[in-house]
Amino acid sequence: MYKVEDRGSGSDEVKLHGPRYPYRLNFYDTPPLYDVTIEAFESAALNRLRVLAEIESSAARDRKWDETKTVIIAQCEKYLPLKSAGALNVDLDEQRRTDQLGHFVLRLAFCRSEELRRRFVKAETTLFKIRYETDDSVERQKFLGSRNFNWVAVGDQEKAEHQQSLLTYYNTKNDDFAREKYFKVRWTRVPDLVDRRRVFLKGGWAYVPGKEQSSIIYQEFETHLEKDLMVTARYMPRLDEDTRLKGVLDNLSQGFLAGVSSEWNSSPMDANVQGIKAEMVDELAAKHFPMCMRNSHQKLRADHRLNHFGRLQYGLFLKVLGLSIEEAIVFWRKSFDRITDDTFNKMYKYNIRHSYGLEGKRANYPAKTCQQILTSGGDPGCPYRHFSVDNLRSALVSAYGLSSADLHDVMNQVKNNHFHVACTRVYEITHASSGVKRGDGVGSGESVTHPNQYAAKSMELEKAKEEKAAAMVP
Amino acid sequence: MTDNAVSPELMDVFYRRLFPYKSIFHWLNHAPTPEDYFTKREIAFNLPNDVMLRYRSYLDVDEFKNEVCKLAPTRFEIGPVYTSRPRDKKTARQGTFNPVARELVFDIDMTDYDPIRTCCSSAEICKRCWAFIAAAVRILDEAIRDQFGYEHLLWVYSGRRGIHLWISDPEAMVLTDEQRKAIVNWLSVVQKDESKRPNIRFGSRPLPASLKPALDHLAYVFADLILVDQDCFLSEKGSEALLRLIPDTRIVETLRNDWAGESSGSAAKWQAFKAQIKTYKKDSSARAQLIAAMEDIILQYTYPRLDENVSKKRNHLLKAPFCVHPKTGRICVPVDPKTIKTFDPESVPTVAQLIAELDNDTDSQHHSDWERTSLKPYVEMLDKHNQRIMDHERKIRRGAEDMTW
Ligand SMILES: [Zn+2]
Repeated sequence: MYKVEDRGSGSDEVKLHGPRYPYRLNFYDTPPLYDVTIEAFESAALNRLRVLAEIESSAARDRKWDETKTVIIAQCEKYLPLKSAGALNVDLDEQRRTDQLGHFVLRLAFCRSEELRRRFVKAETTLFKIRYETDDSVERQKFLGSRNFNWVAVGDQEKAEHQQSLLTYYNTKNDDFAREKYFKVRWTRVPDLVDRRRVFLKGGWAYVPGKEQSSIIYQEFETHLEKDLMVTARYMPRLDEDTRLKGVLDNLSQGFLAGVSSEWNSSPMDANVQGIKAEMVDELAAKHFPMCMRNSHQKLRADHRLNHFGRLQYGLFLKVLGLSIEEAIVFWRKSFDRITDDTFNKMYKYNIRHSYGLEGKRANYPAKTCQQILTSGGDPGCPYRHFSVDNLRSALVSAYGLSSADLHDVMNQVKNNHFHVACTRVYEITHASSGVKRGDGVGSGESVTHPNQYAAKSMELEKAKEEKAAAMVP
Repeated sequence: MTDNAVSPELMDVFYRRLFPYKSIFHWLNHAPTPEDYFTKREIAFNLPNDVMLRYRSYLDVDEFKNEVCKLAPTRFEIGPVYTSRPRDKKTARQGTFNPVARELVFDIDMTDYDPIRTCCSSAEICKRCWAFIAAAVRILDEAIRDQFGYEHLLWVYSGRRGIHLWISDPEAMVLTDEQRKAIVNWLSVVQKDESKRPNIRFGSRPLPASLKPALDHLAYVFADLILVDQDCFLSEKGSEALLRLIPDTRIVETLRNDWAGESSGSAAKWQAFKAQIKTYKKDSSARAQLIAAMEDIILQYTYPRLDENVSKKRNHLLKAPFCVHPKTGRICVPVDPKTIKTFDPESVPTVAQLIAELDNDTDSQHHSDWERTSLKPYVEMLDKHNQRIMDHERKIRRGAEDMTW
């Protein structure tokens, strides 16, 4: 199905003999039949995954449909733009090709267990629904015309015969009834309408009014995808032999479980803001750090040491937060106050400089994402995932002073393995005084996917609050 | 009936000489020679030592019979058809062993009627409570045929206090879990919280068309069974349960006062409720609302109560027809829905009775031993049912061939 070529770094080009894409909406009948680099392969999938993960957490957080829609549209704008035909200065084919590629790569990653398939289908169907609802109506009609949905128009005589019955299901005035077009589909095509007893059934046929058409289309999308995933699952083992590809796919499915992280390289402390000083870290930790980093900080203060992974995870976090190399050396030197200068210089200084890209490979190492922390072995790990229930409870109470109702709420998410949702809830609760409401997340509904994102958003909020307060002073 | 209604010796003879393997094979397989529907079908055994043996499957009816005789299970259950043979499950690649088909099944159990029946409780069942099951069978059988268009419905007595329904229509076989859940919710009216009325209406519109014929029949059942036979509102607890369902505080207060300290029967109380409704003007919205409540109450007390979990998942196991109920010794025989009202659970043959019949009969002209016992009409009922399924499948196959010409 795919041919992945590694053309070495720098070559992200895609050979352009793919199909043309006449519609924005896509049932994904045909896979991309062109060569792609493994980088393009992975990035198309990762970007889509971010959106799907946000759809999942919207469901976990009981967001209302309109709210979910707003959040997801914003996310799509950022990671998965897909414009209507009228859009100016946009390479529509390019967007649609990326959309198709990402979808098919994720099929490979998610066909492998029933659980993954179910979650993928659910998230993809939601994405389709949002796009369908926001699609240009003319374009949408053209798309609908391009497929056979197997519906049968109900004739006038048949309609009159069932008038009384039909009227018990649909709120239609008699005049409107005369105008309303009904059509029949097998009831299995509209299980959601049947589930809610919202449709007239006779002999296995569901009599659906024109306005319920969308239900059928969503259902069709879902069934279609379910079937295709089963087929993909059957052919998957052949692909598994490509170990490089397998690595990418494993990573993707892990990402779905953890909520996908964004790289958080941009320092929130931009040029116009002062850098962070070593002595500020205590206060920042108390006010702005997520549980994982609070935990590292407290451990460091209590034990005057931190294990290797702890230093790496926390050190990179502080770097991205805005601690310069000079300040970092001061910070760590003061923290390890039970060793000699000599030991510090020999054992730790090199590693600190290394993580800032000043030694060895001189790479600019990014901070660990939630996904990486969640899938690490723990220690330090993610408290929501790796702590025992009792430890987590007392840690949350002592770190953030959560009320028992809030604690219950957070622990419930943990129980259902929605770790990033739990962390997002804590953010919302602890920033309620800054006007953050349930469902707001770290801003426009986004969930926590990176410890630095958590801290940066928290600091931005505080700054905004201070500026507002300053503006009120006459 | 005591526990010694069943013994290992009886079970051994039953499995060797009486169990209708061929009929069960045809029923599961939908064709005369082994197909995926049989060879990839999970059979799960409940062994006498309480061990459950899962994921067994067979290539043909002989192999099936041999293993049943060898294991002599207390009973066995039927699962779904899988993508590959269940007995090879361990060697199937991860993620590729999935259920693909199974009959649509329903389970009605008398215990779900405990909140309303007054004659018995929990595991007990008598001829009087069978009336609830009879009403449920009639309503479901009609609804499924009329609304869903299915034809191949097999009702099977569960051996003690309930009844199972197996639907073998080609479309029903391949329903997804989501579709199964949808049909269950379509057919569920009584809410989990019994103090709440059924939630079946959209605003002030009339009862949905699917429930109208059910209500017409259940109104009679209600008058006989609830008001007279079970006399559900006689006790204070019973009449309070009724009052909780009436959405008019004035009427509730009036009735409660009238009924205090008095022991009038359910029919009189229902009459009094109806009389109260008439105190509101004809065509007034208050009256319409109360008439709707009345209909809801009738449904609440008589509409089928389903054990939802049995139906919602393709991979749920359900006891096979013609198994022996381990407590009562009765055979789980098919039941004709047309004569369900007069069906008497006590008249269903027990394994001990069948084997006594075998011993008494010296005529050996029959092919199969079951033909010499009172199991005969039940096996024949299944065989006729199987014939209809196989004819239907053949027609579809021929149709498919026609299309390719
Ligand atoms: Zn009884």
